[in-house]
Amino acid sequence: MIKLSPHQRANFAFGGISGTAAVVILGALAFILVDVAVNGLPTLSWEFISQNPREGMTAGGIFPAIFGTVLLVLLMTIAVIPVGVITAIYLYEYANQEAWLSRAIRSAVYNLAGVPSIVFGLFGVGFFIQFVGGNIDRFFYDGQVLWGQPAILWASLTLAVLTLPVVIVATEEALRTVPREHREGALALGCTKLEAIVRVVLPQALPGIMTGGILAVARGAGETAPILFTGAAYFLPHLPTHGNDQFMNLGYHVYVMATQSPDIEATKPILYGTVLVLLLVTVILNLAAIAVRSRLRAGRA
Amino acid sequence: MAPADEAALKTSKPTTPAVGPRPPIPGLRRRQLIDKLSAWAITAVAFTAIAAVVLIFVFVVREAIPLFTDAEIREEVTPMGMVLPQPWKEGAEPSFAWQPVSTRPKYSLAPLFLGTLKVTLVALIFAVPLAILAAVFSAEFAPRRLREVVKPAIELLAGIPSVVLGFFALMVLATFFQSTFGFHFRLNAIVAGVGLGLTIIPVVYTVSEDALTAVPRAYREAAYALGASKARTAWSVILPAASPGIFASIVLGFGRAMGETMIVLMASGNAAIVSWNPTDSVRTIPATIAAEMGEVVVGGAHWSVLFFLGALLFLVTLSFNSLGGWYVARLRKKLGGIPA
Repeated sequence: MIKLSPHQRANFAFGGISGTAAVVILGALAFILVDVAVNGLPTLSWEFISQNPREGMTAGGIFPAIFGTVLLVLLMTIAVIPVGVITAIYLYEYANQEAWLSRAIRSAVYNLAGVPSIVFGLFGVGFFIQFVGGNIDRFFYDGQVLWGQPAILWASLTLAVLTLPVVIVATEEALRTVPREHREGALALGCTKLEAIVRVVLPQALPGIMTGGILAVARGAGETAPILFTGAAYFLPHLPTHGNDQFMNLGYHVYVMATQSPDIEATKPILYGTVLVLLLVTVILNLAAIAVRSRLRAGRA
Repeated sequence: MAPADEAALKTSKPTTPAVGPRPPIPGLRRRQLIDKLSAWAITAVAFTAIAAVVLIFVFVVREAIPLFTDAEIREEVTPMGMVLPQPWKEGAEPSFAWQPVSTRPKYSLAPLFLGTLKVTLVALIFAVPLAILAAVFSAEFAPRRLREVVKPAIELLAGIPSVVLGFFALMVLATFFQSTFGFHFRLNAIVAGVGLGLTIIPVVYTVSEDALTAVPRAYREAAYALGASKARTAWSVILPAASPGIFASIVLGFGRAMGETMIVLMASGNAAIVSWNPTDSVRTIPATIAAEMGEVVVGGAHWSVLFFLGALLFLVTLSFNSLGGWYVARLRKKLGGIPA
């Protein structure tokens, strides 16, 4: 037997224990991915993705849920990207870092990222549906309830508030990678500050900003709690076409099928298929963001 | 330029014809105006983040206020009735009960608080040791190539939607635990807590790992120079130096676990029981809001109580986040003074 020095023994012991912890975590991750893949793949087909559900969700596809999720995330992106990018530009390019305003904004972004997703759901109901929607109905439609009810627009705006910190943090990191000399060069050539940012800084920061966008989309596509009562529906005969329509959603679909199905065995294949689609979307988006980000970091070093 | 030269320049006659004032750059005024206006607009948009936090608080609290002011609601639920045990029937022993939908609605918050705490503690007991050890592994022991796989993989775990983890806990973990440990209730605090642990592992891991790698190299070199082994250095030097950051990671994980909704909603069994037994079913505050919000009367007592719970959740997670952030800042200050 090989004799080990006390140092080597200690290193093996602590390294081994901590390594085991890492293996357990990665094993759990792998187990989840493999379990969903093995049980979901047999269901996955073109028909599954492109057809409507039939026979009380025990047959057919999940096209409306995919459509609803994509539309939801699209509306969310349209709302969150401009606001998030502009806020990050303010924080990095305009603000005095020590001033109270930029500190307050930073602290707000940090705290916003920690608000539980269910509280965003309550906010969506209290602010967007009751307050904004309710007042639109009162002023423009004589109290007829058109906007003061759960709808895809309100759900996507709620998600936009939830993903705002993701976009701000990623954009600021991207702006930080642009060398200061490029800004100074642009200003020396007679650009105004805005022109320097729009023509010189933003094009270079674009990949980093896109990473933020991808992460926000992945997050928005996977969130279920905030849309529970701001617009998601379990079954709808029509696809959403107006801002005040309700919509079907992959995450909500998984939740309802898993917890409220009268016959869990009959819905199980569809359920696993839906989880697989949701997981594929979020995992691929996250991997893409991680890849872009690590390439950016490597390029900077 | 020396003053004498300057004077000479002024008095000497120009040899070339004088150049008049430079012609204005076309459109400069317009561009400068646009620049100024856009700076204002950008500042205005930057207020959105502050506005969001304020509006969330205001609009959640606004719906909870009638609980304390509205006479009609106070007939159904009183602040005392939410806190103290109540005799729910004539002559019955006072007890805690959460049954908002019944002929006599009962709104004791105790079962929900206890349930939230119980599930959160299970999650922490499961996740914190694993995550911190894994952080020590990738910061101290793992070869560089391995670290570059472990870190993104654990970050990927953070990207898995919580509804998928809830589904996994409900379909796979619950069955596995019941057949292994013979739990009386298939869905209980342990199943939900382990599922919840999976969401906070990335939080605790990332913050701890950042803290460990922030420890200056001089600390390590000094320990090695004194003849300490790698393990000894990690245990007696690096971990204590990074301790504020590691504490921050636990606090942040606690805040995250408490507010997480979908996993506990799906895997905890959702029974509002007052019990410390982790193998009983539990109902947490976020799960209660999620399960009951869809069916309440707008503006009623139940509605107000749910918003009140939301406001509490908001305040508690906010304070945990601030505390965590404060510890991270302290770590930076502590290690920032020493050159790496």
